[in-house]
Amino acid sequence: MTTVSLSKAGHETSNQADTELHAAKVADSPPDRQAPAQPGHPAEDPRPTDEPRLLHRKTLDDRAAVWGSMFGALAFVWIVYEHVLQWSGTLGFLVCVWVCFIGLYTAVSLLSHPLPIVKDRIASGVVTSAALLVGFALATTIVSTFWKGWPALHHVNFYVHDMAGVSPGTDPLTKGGVYHAIIGTAIEVAIAVLISLPLGLGTAIFLSEVGGPGTKLVRTVVEAMTALPDILAGLFVYVLLIILLGWERSGLAAAIALSITMTPIIARSAEVVLRVVPSGLREASVALGASRWQTVRRVVLPTARAGLATSLILGIARVAGETAPLLIVSGATTFTNHNPLHQPMNSLPFLVYAGARSGQPLYIARSYGTASLLLFLVLILFITTRLLARNKGSKS
Amino acid sequence: MTQILEPSEPVVAPAPDDRPRAIDSGLPASDRAFHAITRAISIFVLAVTGSIGAFLGYQAIPTLHRYGVRFFTETQWVPARDKIGIAAVLVGTVEVALIALAIAFPLAVLTALYISEYAPPWLKSTLVALVDLMAAVPSVIYGVWGVFILQPNALYLSRWLASYFGWVPIFKVDTDPRAAFWAQSKFTSSAFIAGICVSMMMIPLACAVMLGVFKQAPIGEREGAFALGSTKWGMIRSVVLPFGRGGIIGGTMLGLGRALGETIAVLLIISPAFDIKIKILSNGTQTVSALIAGNFGEATSSQLTALLAAGFMLFLMTIAINTLAAIFVSRSRSGSGTDI
Amino acid sequence: MATLDVVAGDPAVGMSPSAHGGSSLAAQNVSAWFGSNKVLDRVSLTMPPRIVTALIGPSGCGKSTFLRILNRMHESIPSAKLAGEVLLDGQDIYSPGQRLTSTRKRIGMVFQKPNPFPAMSIADNVTAGLKLTGMRVSRAHKADLIERCLSRAGLWTEVKDRLHQPGSALSGGQQQRLCIARSLAVNPDVLLMDEPCSALDPTSTYRIEQTITELAPDVTIVIVTHNMQQAARVSQQCAFFLASQGTPGAIVEAGSTEQIFGNPKDTRTEDYVSGRFG
Repeated sequence: MTTVSLSKAGHETSNQADTELHAAKVADSPPDRQAPAQPGHPAEDPRPTDEPRLLHRKTLDDRAAVWGSMFGALAFVWIVYEHVLQWSGTLGFLVCVWVCFIGLYTAVSLLSHPLPIVKDRIASGVVTSAALLVGFALATTIVSTFWKGWPALHHVNFYVHDMAGVSPGTDPLTKGGVYHAIIGTAIEVAIAVLISLPLGLGTAIFLSEVGGPGTKLVRTVVEAMTALPDILAGLFVYVLLIILLGWERSGLAAAIALSITMTPIIARSAEVVLRVVPSGLREASVALGASRWQTVRRVVLPTARAGLATSLILGIARVAGETAPLLIVSGATTFTNHNPLHQPMNSLPFLVYAGARSGQPLYIARSYGTASLLLFLVLILFITTRLLARNKGSKS
Repeated sequence: MTQILEPSEPVVAPAPDDRPRAIDSGLPASDRAFHAITRAISIFVLAVTGSIGAFLGYQAIPTLHRYGVRFFTETQWVPARDKIGIAAVLVGTVEVALIALAIAFPLAVLTALYISEYAPPWLKSTLVALVDLMAAVPSVIYGVWGVFILQPNALYLSRWLASYFGWVPIFKVDTDPRAAFWAQSKFTSSAFIAGICVSMMMIPLACAVMLGVFKQAPIGEREGAFALGSTKWGMIRSVVLPFGRGGIIGGTMLGLGRALGETIAVLLIISPAFDIKIKILSNGTQTVSALIAGNFGEATSSQLTALLAAGFMLFLMTIAINTLAAIFVSRSRSGSGTDI
Repeated sequence: MATLDVVAGDPAVGMSPSAHGGSSLAAQNVSAWFGSNKVLDRVSLTMPPRIVTALIGPSGCGKSTFLRILNRMHESIPSAKLAGEVLLDGQDIYSPGQRLTSTRKRIGMVFQKPNPFPAMSIADNVTAGLKLTGMRVSRAHKADLIERCLSRAGLWTEVKDRLHQPGSALSGGQQQRLCIARSLAVNPDVLLMDEPCSALDPTSTYRIEQTITELAPDVTIVIVTHNMQQAARVSQQCAFFLASQGTPGAIVEAGSTEQIFGNPKDTRTEDYVSGRFG
């Protein structure tokens, strides 16, 4: 009896307090119950079940405005373009559709939304269009290269023969190939790597691990050299080695020109990678009594291994596609040359250039085939770096 | 016998010397060798790369000697008559680079904004990878695309610009673009088309720097803008873009440096013309790098040094722009975390 | 619906909304998740107009998450999920027809770390909210508005001679008051404050608590605070949040400040306010 009246009284008083504090209507649980409710208490849980609500939902208005404007613009321009304005060309059509789309989208949004929201919608429309445009340009580049290269690519002789005795402009695609260019690029890039990797890595280690006087000068000059246009590297090698020193045009000369471009790039990106290695690791190693050299060799370099590999691979990808210095320094041959010291060596980028320039459809087809090979090589190298990065990410 | 001092006056020992002492962190022999070797490598790299710059610059002297100041005012390049000058070539180089800039700058900013602010999270890393891929594609491939895919379509764009905006001096062309049979050849191989092609190489470079910068815009300020009721675009305009200003400018300048030095794409597209003209839509132009690539073969030794001198001018331009770019990025709020 | 929120000449801008009678905010059975991790369990609380409600409790029990749900900032995190309703003057702010930006205009927020826009001057910071939400004010009104908001935030006398300096050139306490002024400029009905003084020195804290007390009759204020004494000083209503190991946060007890601190009904509340844990 007493308990009941007490609780009743308690409930009544709390009700009074409630009405003061609660202005709007509240759902069941008053917050000042005697025993706080156990969440999930099975016997009596009068509270409603909680299911997550859908947030971030695009309303019908959002979707309808975009797609409606797009179809409306398409329809409108379709009618007006050819017949009323008498313009032609797909490019112009697409541009007109886009302008109409933006216009319609703005008008539709203005009908029911305040200005900041209209501006936001237009902004997202413009930003997305720009990204799509850039993506489209990249896609057409890659797709058109492989598409137009296919006629040459699907012949086996393309990969195993060279052009000795074959006339690129008149002989059909079943004759001749780019084996000599593949060998040429492989040898030239290999030599360039042999030169640039130790030089670039050594410089990077100096900048990052050794330091001391001259660091600023070296860094400034290396940064300045990354600005060197590759044609000038070629011209320099041409004038110095071929004209002044009388070397012949050879694979080695080409490789040297390539390494002039490659070394600063590797030095710079390797330095960045080394800098990222936490200094705590170096301190720990030195505190154990290791010398600087041992620290670098056993702690810093292994930690940075994936990053350094990525720098190297990206450097290779960049250099394999360099054409400008090769135009000047290496000659063009039709036969396979395995010797970098004697006689010119053809290479993939050079062949692409020569074919594209020629104006002869068969030669152009070969050029596209070579371009596809080059692009394929770059893609493979690129995917390798991504896999390396992901491996490192999952390991650490 | 021990002496006992009488406590007459307290004996005060002289204060210990408080000056820093010399410490000998003797390096082991292996470390000394390590330091010496890496230092030697760096000096070698420094010497070789520095000498390129010096070599190129050194060539300016005999060139000026032989051709005088006319070298900078002469527009023609006729090796047979030894009449050469880089006036038209410099103008052409700057024109192509500026056209590429005008196209690449907005596209790079908008693409970077899309990837960092609008793209769905699962797509972001793929898009960043695609930007890097775009940067890795060799320029000869863009050049080939430019000749066979871009040019035939861009001709229509050129024609449209000449028809409707021909009253603007740079868009004028010496032919009637509205004629039923319009002269296509007047529009091919122009600075305009070369500029579009070069912009493809500029965009990923600039975009990558801008992406790195936009990512760092502080989340506290972003939330502050949203909490005031701002839309996403309002937040971008008031937080991301002001924060990323250094990266936007720096990234663009970096791309510009690349555009100035681009050889192959320009070489494939343009047909050499040695006159100073601002009519970017019309046929023919020349840039320093294309000049070098096209003319080194028949150059006499003095003309070769002239080419080297022209190359030196180009090199000065690209160094200046790259240095400015690095300064802009490092001075900005986002500078410390971004590497150009 | 209006196409432009033009408030030129609108005397209500920046002035006390007591003309409207203030707004009440009520959360009903609000649960929240991050991914599959539940962080709030069926929280219900009414925050009446013209008083300050304090959310207290040890760290990690969901007070800030709850606060961010009140102005729809919670959903900006991709894995965030929500159940329940939040009623502003009886209308659920999460219903599909409600525009996000309008809700945030009516329910403002001041953050723990002051975040003035460094690229803008002090004056521009104050009107930033207007610019961002498309509210137009005539020039004469603008100067008036800036002075009014800075005065209400207790900052006017200190900065009136240097309104054109950048917003980041102020001390921490001044920056926080600038953020308060900025929030006030859009004339919100409710102001949420997420531990606004935790990064500030005691003098600034005192100044801001004064500001809160001065603002309370005009703007419904909900403040999350770690500092119990602060809650006792500024609030009229308190809600005590608690999350034990592995369970999502929930309100253990809510009531008037005198009752929570003087006569708590739950032993856990009593333990917390007397400092036995937390």
